[in-house]
Amino acid sequence: MTNKAIEVINLVKKYGQLAAVNDISFDVGQGEIFGFLGPNGAGKTTTIKILCTLARPSSGQAAVSGFDVVHQQRQVRESIGLVFQDPSLDEKLSGIQNLRFHAMIYDVPSKVRGQRIEQVLNMVELWDRRNNKVTSYSGGMKRRLELARGLLHNPKVLFLDEPTLGLDPQTRNRIWEYITGLQKREGTTIFLTTHYMDEAEKANRIAIIDNGKIVAIDTPTKLKEMVGKDIITIRTDDNAKAAEEITSRYQLETRADNNELIFEKAGGEEFLPAFIKEFNTEILSISLRRPSLDDVFLKLTGHEIRQEQASGSFKEMAKRFGRNMGH
Amino acid sequence: MRNLRAVYIIWYRDILRFWHDRMRMMGAITMPLLFLFIFGSGLSASMGLNNTAINYIDFMFPGIIGMTVLTSALMGGTSLVWDKEFGFLKEVLVAPVSRASVATGKVLGSATIALIPGLIIMIFAPIIGVDFSVITVLKLLPLMFLLAVSVSSMGILLATRMKSMEAFQMIMQLLMMPMIFLSGVFFPLKGLPAWLNFLTKVNPASYGVAPIREVVLGKDMSAPFSINLFGHTMTLWENVAIVAVFGVVMIALAMWSFSHQE
Repeated sequence: MTNKAIEVINLVKKYGQLAAVNDISFDVGQGEIFGFLGPNGAGKTTTIKILCTLARPSSGQAAVSGFDVVHQQRQVRESIGLVFQDPSLDEKLSGIQNLRFHAMIYDVPSKVRGQRIEQVLNMVELWDRRNNKVTSYSGGMKRRLELARGLLHNPKVLFLDEPTLGLDPQTRNRIWEYITGLQKREGTTIFLTTHYMDEAEKANRIAIIDNGKIVAIDTPTKLKEMVGKDIITIRTDDNAKAAEEITSRYQLETRADNNELIFEKAGGEEFLPAFIKEFNTEILSISLRRPSLDDVFLKLTGHEIRQEQASGSFKEMAKRFGRNMGH
Repeated sequence: MRNLRAVYIIWYRDILRFWHDRMRMMGAITMPLLFLFIFGSGLSASMGLNNTAINYIDFMFPGIIGMTVLTSALMGGTSLVWDKEFGFLKEVLVAPVSRASVATGKVLGSATIALIPGLIIMIFAPIIGVDFSVITVLKLLPLMFLLAVSVSSMGILLATRMKSMEAFQMIMQLLMMPMIFLSGVFFPLKGLPAWLNFLTKVNPASYGVAPIREVVLGKDMSAPFSINLFGHTMTLWENVAIVAVFGVVMIALAMWSFSHQE
């Protein structure tokens, strides 16, 4: 319990009949960047809500910084910072007024208050805009201000729920620089959710979550090794014939997708030249790539991360929708 | 200490927001002023108040002060519904402070803001010829604040249960008009038909308006309008006690409601 930043055992959260989080267990070490990867409605936000004391688990246990999220709520809240998925700033106040509010409510000692505010605002490069009302900020600036606010009270564990959702690539990179810098400089543990594969790659470890269940936890490299093989995609003038040929000649399984045939082969780079030479069906195009987290996800769950899951996630989607409509 | 600081900063933020948006107050005083000048002038000629020596406008003016405070205090819950809609409430709810202190800060913010239009209405006293001294204002302030806190607690309590601004405003409109019309702002709560008498007596606002009238008109002049409850003539302090008890119940419910929302 002591040297784990987050510890979760058999956690379940039910909304009526639907289990948004269905018996998950994991732990996160001190100073680790831990990513929760999964499609919308997989249970990522629900897990964060429970860990941040905003929702009660239906069963199971969870501890943050060694404090139980049900019985030691105040201690948990004191030790965490949180950047929500949806905006949570007071847009009628200026940037610095938002931070002052936060510093007061989190009891940042008055002696260091001004200094801390200046420090975090400088970090996210908003010091010059501190006296402007948040209404005048761009989406990226708001996100950065929220990140600064989440850090203001020196949390031991920082929760980021889809921190770069809807941001342009430049801002996303910038936010990632802050996140990794934070881990290096301050040793802050970072728990983040995302459905961007490229972002998940930057985490030290990833849990892949789908339909409320964790299907795998490991480092991005190890997870990709699970798929192991290179992925070869070909287009031919007769895919059915080509599929048969691949199966009979190389004992490889193929999968059709959009007029293309996809199959996996270890050591693909050495395999291709011979393959092209001997193959009887005419090949129109061919490509080879290294496995990505997309492939890992596909392999583990049987579907791609981007397609919305209608079943199982309906309630969470409806909730999200309701919130956007002004819940 | 921590929770007191939370009450303070939540209160302070609402004051700050109010100050950024102070023109909003025009809305809060327009209605009372319309009532004051139109009803006051229009009805003065035809209204005889139980053969007393009091002008209708003198009678109505303290009621209008009460009405102004009541209206603003009830609408104070709007700030909480905004916080929900714009997500800021999450920032407050995840902070390491008690839900009770959040509710208290919200109630006090709403009550403080409700006092301001009430004070502005008083500026019109000389214009319409009502006698008003600084002492009167100082005596009125605590009474107005008590009414403001009690009604704000009710507003905040309702706001914790509301999911949208539209729903909140509809409920407030439904509540506000009866509370105002049945509180003795416009007519004395005397010699009414039984059903109307009952409604005015269960309306907590009646007990908030009566003390304000007593302070403005003086004990003797206001005596004919004092509330009679179960054959007992209510004194100023008894009225105050009823408003206070109502306020305590409302704020306790608001605190409870705050800790029991998902």
